[in-house]
Amino acid sequence: MNAADFVPLLRGLVWTVALTGGAFLIGAVLGVPLLAARQSRLWPVRFLAMTVIQIVRAIPPILWLFIIFFGLGMSVMPINPFNAALMGLGLIAAANMAEIYRGAVASIHHGQWEASAALDLGRWSTFRDIVAPQAFRVALPSAASYLIGLMKETAVASTIGVAELAYQGNQLSQLTFRGLEVFALVGLFYVLLSLPIAWLSRVADGYLRAKVAR
Amino acid sequence: MFPTQDEIAAWLPDLLGGLSISLQVTALSLAIGIPFGLVLALGVLAKSRFLKGLSLFLVEVGRGAPALVLLQFIYFGLPTTGLTLGSFSAAVIALAWNTGAYTSEIIRASLQSVAHGQREAAEALGLNRFDELRYVLLPQGLRVALPALLGFSILIFQGTSLCFTIALPELVSRAYEIGSTTFRYFPALLAAGVLYAAISIPAALLVNHVERRAGLYAQR
Repeated sequence: MNAADFVPLLRGLVWTVALTGGAFLIGAVLGVPLLAARQSRLWPVRFLAMTVIQIVRAIPPILWLFIIFFGLGMSVMPINPFNAALMGLGLIAAANMAEIYRGAVASIHHGQWEASAALDLGRWSTFRDIVAPQAFRVALPSAASYLIGLMKETAVASTIGVAELAYQGNQLSQLTFRGLEVFALVGLFYVLLSLPIAWLSRVADGYLRAKVAR
Repeated sequence: MFPTQDEIAAWLPDLLGGLSISLQVTALSLAIGIPFGLVLALGVLAKSRFLKGLSLFLVEVGRGAPALVLLQFIYFGLPTTGLTLGSFSAAVIALAWNTGAYTSEIIRASLQSVAHGQREAAEALGLNRFDELRYVLLPQGLRVALPALLGFSILIFQGTSLCFTIALPELVSRAYEIGSTTFRYFPALLAAGVLYAAISIPAALLVNHVERRAGLYAQR
């Protein structure tokens, strides 16, 4: 392999990062209403949210991408591979983030809810001002390890033709007939990508801890 | 939008055949991967520098690289060294490696969760290291590891869908093939999704149940 072979891999890297960031953002945002529905006082809403989360998590990512890209793409409206991957992975991320948020909210001491009730803060204000800031800190490490997992999951987008890292590796191995090195290199790229995320999460965690530790 | 009754009747044998392959790959990967995970866990804890380094390498690669890349590395990569594998064996090797790498962390943590006094007692009784592991550490450690191992098994079952990329005729491949011959992609893929859910959701409920029971055990 020579230096020119790296160029497509680097281009793939950009798509992998875009897909990971986009899907995570969708999941982090959509996870909030999903959590709210999951904790709703109305049981049909709660049941519906629980069912949605279970179903989303029960079906493998690759099948979600196929359902959206081939299924919806062929029968409802054409959709480009990147958007289909973003939709599918964003959906999966939303279900998983809702569960991460739920764990974090559950870890908040019930005295905090009681104190807020005593102060007559109201449900929304309690959540926004008291519970969410504390839960955020608890959720951060799980969210970071989920982000790393999601980054590796984006490799499935290669099956619907998104030109990310795994896809470029596949193309390159067919061109050069050096599958062993190419796939080893691609694997190494994924490992390298996960390092800054892990580092950032540790830094953020330390920063947030320091703020509370006064 | 949805498959008709006739379509379901026509597709079901094919889809169930695919599901059976998915389940076979899952079972074999777990049967090889979990003992491999135990070996890796012991390797990481070993005193020998070489064993420790090798185990750490296998664990970090198995966890760090996406399962899809491991699969393609073994199926498309190894032939360049002259070793060509069928898609079924390549799938089992890649997923067993993946399983071993993840479960080694689960097993290591659970072995280390066994109370220190148990180790000392085993030593005082003069058990050798192998007997200590077999009679003292594993029975107690595996009980702690069980919920996590079961949860991971569901992920491996879903992970078999990646074998689509190496032309293994498992569930996703079959559904895709039906889609491409009949042009009824959405109903065919939906049917595959229902089959996955029919196995994953009860399995997830079972894992929840085991987790709660294990939690009760830990509280006593």
